[in-house]
Amino acid sequence: MNILEVKELKKSFGNFTAVKGIDFAVKKGEIFGFLGPNGAGKTTTINMLTGLARPDEGTIFLSGIDCVKDIKKAQHKIGIVPDESNLYDEMNGFDNLAFCASLYGIEKKKREKKSKELMEIFGLADTGKKPFKAYSKGMKRKLTIAAGIIHEPEILFLDEPTTGIDVESARQIRKLISTMNENGTTIFMTTHYIEEAERLCNRIGFIVQGKIVRTGTVEEMMQEVQTDNIIQFTVDKDLKSIQEKLTIDFPKFVIETVDNFTLRIGSSEKVSLMPFMQFFNSHQYTIHEAKIIKPSLEEVFVKVTGIEIDKMKKEKEGGKRK
Amino acid sequence: MKKWIAFWNILVKDMKNYYLKPPNISWGIIFPFAWTLMFLLRSKSDVDIRDILPGIIAISILFGTTSMLAVTITFERKGRSFERLLLAPIDLNLLMMAKTAGAIIFGIMNAFVPIVFSLFFINLSGVNWISVIVSVVLISVTSTFLGLFIAVSVNEVFEAQTFSNFFRFPMIFLCGLFIPLSQMPVFIRPLSFVLPLTYGVDILKAAINNDGYISMWISFIALILFGLFMFLFSIRNVKRKWIM
Repeated sequence: MNILEVKELKKSFGNFTAVKGIDFAVKKGEIFGFLGPNGAGKTTTINMLTGLARPDEGTIFLSGIDCVKDIKKAQHKIGIVPDESNLYDEMNGFDNLAFCASLYGIEKKKREKKSKELMEIFGLADTGKKPFKAYSKGMKRKLTIAAGIIHEPEILFLDEPTTGIDVESARQIRKLISTMNENGTTIFMTTHYIEEAERLCNRIGFIVQGKIVRTGTVEEMMQEVQTDNIIQFTVDKDLKSIQEKLTIDFPKFVIETVDNFTLRIGSSEKVSLMPFMQFFNSHQYTIHEAKIIKPSLEEVFVKVTGIEIDKMKKEKEGGKRK
Repeated sequence: MKKWIAFWNILVKDMKNYYLKPPNISWGIIFPFAWTLMFLLRSKSDVDIRDILPGIIAISILFGTTSMLAVTITFERKGRSFERLLLAPIDLNLLMMAKTAGAIIFGIMNAFVPIVFSLFFINLSGVNWISVIVSVVLISVTSTFLGLFIAVSVNEVFEAQTFSNFFRFPMIFLCGLFIPLSQMPVFIRPLSFVLPLTYGVDILKAAINNDGYISMWISFIALILFGLFMFLFSIRNVKRKWIM
């Protein structure tokens, strides 16, 4: 069942068309990743979905509510975590959460109870009386996410949830996202960390130059780029001396060396491990590691969008520093 | 009921975070003092405090409300916390009323500082207090909405200050405070009549010194219309510029 349905959504700013008639749907209970390079139209799309921008054309239905006609009704069901923490610097963590709850009409007793609960869940209970401006970046991010879910939204929009924060905080936030999703919150997230999307998202939509170029589950997308079955072996000795012998003994396989101790064996058919293990054993090689190599979402992204990930990350981080 | 919870909490948050901060309270007290002192020093003869009271009340409100509201909204927009309010399920009119309510209350509080001070020095019997209170409220409302109009027109905090002065200083000189409307050159007088403060000062003059130039009812209606126009114009601009 779809919680969000978007059809023919368009948005222009003057002569520039930021979103060129996109269609997609988000299923209830899933984590949907919305990926694309800088300037692809991600933020404009989120702004239209949440009520910060008016679409020029198209329809948005959220839990059956026509967001183009009545966004205020839909906003009760939406939680938003923007790419930069936007709480009140002078107010402490607890007051910030309670204030955000009040914007959704939650009564005092309930919002105080909920704020306390969330401060504990997000590991911020000890910092409740500190002003927001004294929080670290990771703590700010966590509190902003807590503020986004205080009214128990049906769908949470997360814009770059882990950008610009330390590794440990990012790990905690990813865990919190999974937990929120397990508890029934549908999540729509953008990220430029492809591996994060791969780990967290059930389905992905790629947007490039205002157009959605591909949507599907992570598995579906990976299968599309997986042409060969590949196994990687890492051994204890230099592989040079047996390389030629390998190609002679296994003529049907494509054999590539990664480095002096690692090689990859590929085939359009399934690769059986046993003959290779016996080969290495007979040549007095010890296998340290044998693993199946699967294509990454990064490869899918590069194939679909034609954009190099490193370039996209640099652009994003450059943009953040500005 | 639910929307009033949001309204009340936005108002309380703004009062706590901005208007009731010690620098602003001291501004509210020092500012009318400074103006009174300026008038007293300027005059070689004894100045009747009652004569200058309407002007000081009006200027205290004008300066207290316009810049405060313009700066707070611009500040929140810069920090993107204003986005949080726009994304909440609150009707835009109610949201902007909540945002302006704090400044209106601050303006009313500012107005009563010179009134309370003057009570220590002069006898204020014969003052039409109902008209004073209504005019103080209406001047606060129109000045606050002028601040809202400024906030919607600028992007930076310093622009809000500069733009506020662009409106405030001409208003001080043209509202009949220094030169009574009756003595103002005929070709400048129409300009005075397009300024909301002119009507506010005139009601206060009539209520405190029985020295009004315009009919009080006309002034009340003019202030209400000015307030309504600036509020609706600002809401239109918010929709056009901030919800793109």
